[in-house]
Amino acid sequence: MTTSTDLFEVAKIHKDVSDPDVAHLAIGLNKVVSSNGVKGLEIQTEEQADGVDIAITVAEGAVIAKPVHMCFGLLQEEGIQKINLRLVVEPRARIGVTAHCVFPNAEDVQHLMDADIRIAEGADYAYFERHIHSPEGGITVVPKAAIHLEPGARFKTDFELIEGRVGSIDIDYEVTCEADTRMEMNAAVSGRGDDHIQIREVGHLVGEDSRGVLLSRVAVRDDAVAEIYNELTASAAGARGHVDCKEIVQGNASANAVPVVKVNHPKAHITHEAALGSVDSRQLETLMARGLSEDEATEVIINGLLRFG
Amino acid sequence: MGLLEIENLHLRLNGSHILNGLDLDLWEGHVHAVVGPNGAGKSTLASTIMGLEGYRHYTGEMRFEGTSLADLGVDERARLGMTLGWQEPARFEGLKVPEFVRLAARDKRDNAVRDVMAHTGLDPDRYWDRAADKTLSGGERKKLELASIVAMQPRLVMLDEPDSGIDVESLARIGEAIRLLKDGGATVVLITHSAEVLDWAEHAFLMCCGRILDKGSIEKISPYFKDRCIPCDHPNRPTISEGGLS
Repeated sequence: MTTSTDLFEVAKIHKDVSDPDVAHLAIGLNKVVSSNGVKGLEIQTEEQADGVDIAITVAEGAVIAKPVHMCFGLLQEEGIQKINLRLVVEPRARIGVTAHCVFPNAEDVQHLMDADIRIAEGADYAYFERHIHSPEGGITVVPKAAIHLEPGARFKTDFELIEGRVGSIDIDYEVTCEADTRMEMNAAVSGRGDDHIQIREVGHLVGEDSRGVLLSRVAVRDDAVAEIYNELTASAAGARGHVDCKEIVQGNASANAVPVVKVNHPKAHITHEAALGSVDSRQLETLMARGLSEDEATEVIINGLLRFG
Repeated sequence: MGLLEIENLHLRLNGSHILNGLDLDLWEGHVHAVVGPNGAGKSTLASTIMGLEGYRHYTGEMRFEGTSLADLGVDERARLGMTLGWQEPARFEGLKVPEFVRLAARDKRDNAVRDVMAHTGLDPDRYWDRAADKTLSGGERKKLELASIVAMQPRLVMLDEPDSGIDVESLARIGEAIRLLKDGGATVVLITHSAEVLDWAEHAFLMCCGRILDKGSIEKISPYFKDRCIPCDHPNRPTISEGGLS
């Protein structure tokens, strides 16, 4: 049995969730082990045999002042956790969510997330997902999300998996952006051993003056493999976007990046850049010329690459 | 014994003889300038002294306080007390300005880092949360690199074109930082084309065709430098024939 105390301890969020003004939801395997609501935020859950269905609504005009913490995970070595999430951020509401996915002892674990998210007119949703895995990497993580931004909505997501081994991860996010929307999807993943990283991020800028950025930062070492697919389509006047993928490859690891940009309107514009390869020699030599060893300098450069903001 | 002694240094790059029997002896605690025309080998000399990748296959002797540099990597040379500031400093994604300074700093406390930033023209209140990435201008990166060098408190600092990309106001700050390094006991080598930078030095080496042709006071060397050695009537200037340098 995974308790809320276990989860909060691994995620290091005891202090945050002890604040009664901070909403939270903690799920250990297929049980809701702790929750707290705040005004304007409705959370409904239904436990299933192998996970939990969650429905969250942020009421129209509600501003959830403090970030909501969601904690998913299990402390057992084996298990399957399926999370089905339906989230609606109603017009002009604003919410920030930090999700902690903790699997510190995983040997044969599957964490499957299926999210359907609607961000209504003028609403704002910021989502930060941080994973903490075991050093063994015995986990498969499959987060899938379909996100729809109505006119004037804003959406930003940061996905971070840099602590512990990745195991196998298959991210699949697809966002549709109506007029005057702002979308930003960032992913930072560090793979070692025989980790396998697959990221598919797709954005459709279908509304006038919509904006979108897809940004991936991946470091692979040892025999890890990364495959990154970023696709951004602009189909309306004034739609603007940028795709940016950087990967550092060390040892026998390999990386494959496919940036796809499509423009279907003469007044739309998308740019992209991709850089794959070893650690930049000028950065490396600069740090070594200050006295850092090659390993220390490499670590600084990789950790920097994987940090956002 | 000088801080850094170089004897008969030769280095070929892509078949060209870039350093050609160079001798150099640096007096400790002074600000030196290495001047000379484009292609003289000044930056190559700095890269070779620092032991950068692609510049290690030299022949000749280089000793730092009597220790041969022959088998030492860049980081080992840095730990002896040597460092290099590049003409085009690198960008570092994901590192804040003070974090970059702190990486090399002997005194890693916030106050010490703030002091160094202020001395090199990076107002800590403005730059504390700035990233050391492409959002910094070339001049700002130059100041940041100098800040990390000041914080490191090295014994020997080589600065390649320290004024490139720097505005007039910032130039004075960099001059102050160089004085700060000297006051802290460092020996500074300025590789430069600039008459203003030359004024910061106490002593100069005139370099041409991979050799040191002359050395001495700024007054002695600057006439050749100001003419960019073209035409150069220095008696030690090597002649170039079809067979190469003589």
